Amino acid sequence: MSASKVPLLSVQDLRVRFSTDEGIADAVDGVSLEVREGETLALVGESGSGKSVSSLAIMGLVPRPVGEVIGGRVLFRGRDGEVRDLLRLPPRALRRIRGDEIAMVFQEPMSSLNPVYTLGEQIAETVRLHQGKDHRAALRVAAEMLALLGIPDPEARLSAYPHQISGGMAQRVMIAMALACRPRLLIADEPSTALDVTIQAQVLDLIARMKREIGMAVLFITHHLGVVAEIADRVTVMYAGRVVEQAPTAALFATPRMPYTQGLLRSVPRLSTDDSARTRLEAIPGEAPNPFDQPPGCRFHPRCTHALPGTCDNAVPGMEACGTDHAVRCARWRAIAGVPA
Amino acid sequence: MARFLLTRALQALFTLWVVVSLVFLLIHATGDPIAVLAPQQMNAHDRAILRAALGLDQPLTVQYFRYWAGVLHGNLGVSYYSGQPAMRLILERVPVTLELVGLSIGVAVLLGVPFGIWAAVRPDGVADRVLRNLSVLGSSVPTFFLGILLIYVFSVAFNILPASGAGGLQHFIMPAFTLAFFRIALFTRLVRSTLLETLNQNHVRTARAKGVSEPVVILKHALRTALLPLVTVFGLQFGQLFAGAVITETIFALPGMNRMALQALYRLDYPIILAYVLVVAAMFVTINFLVDMAYGLLDPRVRDHG
Repeated sequence: MSASKVPLLSVQDLRVRFSTDEGIADAVDGVSLEVREGETLALVGESGSGKSVSSLAIMGLVPRPVGEVIGGRVLFRGRDGEVRDLLRLPPRALRRIRGDEIAMVFQEPMSSLNPVYTLGEQIAETVRLHQGKDHRAALRVAAEMLALLGIPDPEARLSAYPHQISGGMAQRVMIAMALACRPRLLIADEPSTALDVTIQAQVLDLIARMKREIGMAVLFITHHLGVVAEIADRVTVMYAGRVVEQAPTAALFATPRMPYTQGLLRSVPRLSTDDSARTRLEAIPGEAPNPFDQPPGCRFHPRCTHALPGTCDNAVPGMEACGTDHAVRCARWRAIAGVPA
Repeated sequence: MARFLLTRALQALFTLWVVVSLVFLLIHATGDPIAVLAPQQMNAHDRAILRAALGLDQPLTVQYFRYWAGVLHGNLGVSYYSGQPAMRLILERVPVTLELVGLSIGVAVLLGVPFGIWAAVRPDGVADRVLRNLSVLGSSVPTFFLGILLIYVFSVAFNILPASGAGGLQHFIMPAFTLAFFRIALFTRLVRSTLLETLNQNHVRTARAKGVSEPVVILKHALRTALLPLVTVFGLQFGQLFAGAVITETIFALPGMNRMALQALYRLDYPIILAYVLVVAAMFVTINFLVDMAYGLLDPRVRDHG
């Protein structure tokens, strides 16, 4: 395999377990996914599907001692071309990658900034840490980043504190902080969800533009399919801690194979002037399973209209190729799609 | 800022007035100083003369206004026993108490804060469990018992530290530790719980995601944002110790102001008691002011709204 075929990030059979007073939950149960050089992969799923926990596990940030990574590999190809398993890296080596080669933007920008330090200091800290610059030079980089993100009067912003700016501005500062070291991979965990609708679009545009300018790859975590259509090259769909479908964005929207994905797509409103294209919005029946008490077999079967007793509630189906670069975890996908076996 | 300081100064004066007035009324309800002061064989006539000489024959309101008139002229009366100015007697004793309290708080902070961090870094680890048990001990051993135990071990059995009196630093080691013991436990538990809470906050996760090393995450990001409640408790403890070191000063025979106030209370030596109350109240007001100022320095949000 040539070097360019090796994905930037390859997560293999990742398992994260949470042990709480309520019981044990396998929040991430054998997740595999890959992010290729320069692409945007959307990781989609409902709250509690394990998508955020997966991203924290990639960064080594699963909150301990409640959560624990109990298996899998997270292979990351660094700037030096070397492939390393982030789960087995010594803490010091992992810290060198965090914030430098892999950066992260979180859902709540306001609380993700430290209230007692200036914005300048918080951005400059990353630059000092990874590029060995002195404070003054790091502050210059911080000002450049703010300017790059279209923040007016960046020099003045450097000495502002988080409580003095708006949520949208805070998220732009978080993005500036994340991109200050020109990472190769940006993990964005619902970066626009907590913001006003108008600001959401700005943040998405910003990430797309920075992706082009820096040439980085993006792992974009969201529950919002409209966002996926706009920014993602490929999509990985998660349900109850497992990956259930993986496909290029166009293929996923055109020929979703997993009944869960089909349900998700039917629940998204679409604008259309063509009367025939107007369809009723449908919610997926039932509720996401209790993470402490998952159903056997396919975890979606209790909510699935195609579920077959004795098959779907029996064994966990494997991921199966169902098209170009397209895979699905469903024992009945052929029958549902009318494809001969 | 000038307006803020003026408001605070007026509030402080008001506080002092209320506290001293309350104590003034309370001590006049507790007994008759002449009964304690006058020798047994003194006849009624001489007692009346003594009472008049001390101004205690006047109605309470007259005494009250005379007292404040004196205070406004910088005269807080003289001790019924030594005839020395009351304020001077108390102020002479303040340095001993301050040294004792300063040392205790210093020891408690220097030990309690690192212990608390240590316990918080690995919750339920060995250090955490040991420190938790020690802190239960620290909170439950009474001061007088610890003081006597220390005297027994270090003065009686091994004879390496003086049991009483004030002189060099060695006279303060046992009293300061006696007072600090409970506070070490208190600060350990406080720092542990505040830090554990802060370590789960989003901005700490951001710091880790930036690649900041764990010691820096804890000290610069987590502890720094948790300082506000800590500073409040440090301040409160300083004030409480300043006025609450009576038992320790008595056990170790330290000539501090609390011991003098206790003696004055037994003898109903009004001017000394009132001078003591004034000093303690002024101390509390000062500490509260310093804590408020520290808030502004430590938290930019307070600075903007203060």
